[in-house]
Parts: sequence; C-alpha cells; structure tokens
Amino acid sequence: MDVWSAEISQAVTLTLALAAVTTATLLVIGTPLAWWLARSRGWWTEIVASVVALPLVLPPTVLGFYLLVLLGPDGPGGRIASLWGGRTLAFTFEGLVIGSVVYSMPFVVQPIRNAFTAMGERPLEVAATLRASPWHAFWTIAVPLARSGLLTGAVLGFAHTVGEFGLVLMIGGNIPGRTKVLSVAIFDYVEASRWREASLLAGGMVIFAFAVILTMTLIDRRSARAAS
Amino acid sequence: MKFIRSLAIGIGLIFIAPGAAKAAQTNVAVAANFTEAAKEIAAAFRQKTGHEAVLSFGASGQFYTQITQGAPFQVFLSADDSRPKKLVEDGLAVPGSRFTYAIGKLVLWSKSPGVVNGEETLKAASFAKLSICNPAAAPYGAAAVEAMKALKLYEALQPKLVEGATITQAYQFVETGNAEVGFVALSQLTGSDAGSRWVVPQDLYNPIRQDAVLLKSGAGNDAASAFIGFLHGPEARAIIEKYGYVLDGQS
Repeated sequence: MDVWSAEISQAVTLTLALAAVTTATLLVIGTPLAWWLARSRGWWTEIVASVVALPLVLPPTVLGFYLLVLLGPDGPGGRIASLWGGRTLAFTFEGLVIGSVVYSMPFVVQPIRNAFTAMGERPLEVAATLRASPWHAFWTIAVPLARSGLLTGAVLGFAHTVGEFGLVLMIGGNIPGRTKVLSVAIFDYVEASRWREASLLAGGMVIFAFAVILTMTLIDRRSARAAS
Repeated sequence: MKFIRSLAIGIGLIFIAPGAAKAAQTNVAVAANFTEAAKEIAAAFRQKTGHEAVLSFGASGQFYTQITQGAPFQVFLSADDSRPKKLVEDGLAVPGSRFTYAIGKLVLWSKSPGVVNGEETLKAASFAKLSICNPAAAPYGAAAVEAMKALKLYEALQPKLVEGATITQAYQFVETGNAEVGFVALSQLTGSDAGSRWVVPQDLYNPIRQDAVLLKSGAGNDAASAFIGFLHGPEARAIIEKYGYVLDGQS
C-alpha cells in the first residue's frame, strides 16, 4: 500500500498512546470521583457533577482557548513546565493528555457513576456486617459489580480521545510524533488536497467508530442478560 | 395575534428591503493574513457602492478544497497565486478575472522587545518554540520554510517548529507566549510597534503573490464583480499598502 507512510503510522501510534494514557488517567481519577458522586448526598454533589459534564456542552474552542492560556508561560502550565526547564505545556504530549483528560472526563465518569448508583447500598451493607473493611469491600464487591460501567467508561473515554480534534488543533501545534494526532492529520491532508491519504485515514476512523459502538452495545446486552 | 402580525410584517420587510435598496450581497473567502485589510476594504466598499461583502477567513488551502466542493463563495482572495490559477484551470473561476491584489511580507516576530534582531536570532536559536503556519496549506508557512532553507537553518530549527492551521493561529501562539518567536505576516503587526521584529529580506523567499479571482458562481452577481473592481481601485490599494503589503508592479 503506497498511500501508507511513516507519517501515518506515527500519527496512528501517537493517537493510540494519547488515548491509552488519557483513559488510564481517567480511570484512576474518575473512579473515586464517580464513587463519591454516586454516594454523596450533599447539595453540592450535582454542582460537581455538572462541572464534570461541562465538556459535553462546551465547544472545544472554549476549552482550547482556556488551555492555551493556562498551559502557557503565564499560566500554571508554564510553572509546571519550568520544573524540567520548559516554558509551556502547550505543544507537548503532556499538554494534550491534560486537555484530553478534561475533555473526555464526562464520558468516563458518567457510566461508572451510573453503575455505582445502580448497585445500591445493599451489597456494601452486607459486606460491612461480614466485617469487611470499606477498602476491601470497594475492591472485592463494588468494583466487580460495576465492571460493565467501568468497561463502558474506558471504551468511551478511549474512543472520545481518539476522536478529539478542535482542542488538539488549538493547543497542539501540529508536531509530527508529539501532537499531530490522526484527526489533525486528516484535516491537514484535506487542506493540502491529498485526498488519498485523507480517505484512507477517514475510512479507518469510520471502521474504528463502528467497532466501538458495536462493542458498547454488546457489553450492554451482556450485562443486561447477566442482571436478569 | 398582534405578535403574529408584526412577525409577518417583519418577515415581509426582510424580503423587500434588499430589493428596495438595490444593494446586493456577496460572499468572499479571504486568506487569514488579509483579515484586517479586508475588513476595512469591505467597509469602504459598502460605503461607496451600498453592496455588502460578507467575509469568511481561513487558510487558502482550506478554501480551495471547499470551493472545489461547491462552497457558496463568489470571490476568493487567496494568499498565493497557484490556487486561484488552479481554480481557473478547474473551470471554477472566471478566466481573466485573476489578478495580484497584494504581495505579502514575511516577518519574524516576538512579543518581547529585544528578542528578534535579524537572522542572528534564527542562528542563535535561543528559543524553545518557533511558530509558523502549516506550509502545505498556507503560503506564509511555505515562505517561512523557504527562508529557513535559504539560511541553511531549516534542519536545525525543525525540532522547534510548531504549526498553526492558519497564519492567525501562528500569530496567536506568539501572542499567548506559548512560542517565543514566530513567522507571521507584516499585515498582522500593522498599527503596533510592540515587541521586536525582523522583516525577512525578499531574496530569501519567493514573493508571496496574493491573487484574487472571481468564481464562476459569482459571474452573475453584481456585488461580486463590483468587489473585484473595487479591489483594483485607488481606495482599496491605499488600504492594502497601509497594511504593509507591496502592490503588484512596484516592488
């Protein structure tokens, strides 16, 4: 296949790496957050939930604009970057991870929260009467019971990060191997009238998206069957 | 009822108004570097002719692709001469309407004073990031690459390059401080002496001949042909020069 090039495989590898790191980070941050959201009864719970859900509604340009300023030399990002001698977190892989974590957060937190909510108090109460510590109960009872929610969150977070475009365009700087992800590469090919490459990548994205949605549906069906 | 009646009158007015004023409207695709000048020209155009030019800004490559796919523009102000030429060849633009409305100037710019002081700045390369616009889609990006190659610095500077999709974004990366220096268009720096700059000598890159063309879809549109005519005229030329462009035939 002569359309395939080192440039394209670089973009594919980078996109998968970004999605993987983002998903892993989101599972680590998102799971306790979802747990808290599912169990807290405070009036502020829904305020926090709404903040987490903001990227669902906000255009990526809003996040892109804020991040460009926040990651820059005058914002907190610049201060973090200065720890290793950098000036800005924009145009870096780390900067894209930060952006993607914010951007894909609702897609991971929401399904996990729903799974924890659906589980109810009962299993943990039972565990407590059997003298399991809350920590132990969380890992042995809550997480296995919520596994379809965790799986859904992971798949959606991964897929949504792969599909991210506007945000990366605004803070990435289009650097091959570091910030030039697949969606930006497609945009570039279309702008440069290189339609063979564009259609190859775009077609690949369609197949990927289809596989993701099919997987989600199958997970749903399986967990519905397991429940009944 | 009252509301519906006034709504009906309002809608009626929308249809009557343009006809009554005999003014027409045209959609113009404008290369991002020409943004400020185009706004001023459109205002002058409106005042003189009553016609309205609705401007869209973007990268020339992006507009070229959109126009080949039937985008509803009647006039295209490109940042290069090859894309308008191609549109004429593709049968999408009116032959003979193409002309060079401006010749662009490339500038190396920093937001801080004293940072940019000629090609030494590029040789010393004491910056982390140098922003340019996408060389494949935006002529100013291609010119920046040419200039760096002419100075034999491209290989050395390549790891420091960050790319904006348009020249506006390349400017924005410098403006927000994320890149210390960047190649931008002289027109973007008009009206401010802030920071430090180096106007890249013309012998380091091919002249950025910016061509305008009347698109086939605008052939019967009064406002579109009037806009092209206005661009040839003295008012528009004065504005174009004011923004740091060179006019064709007087470089």
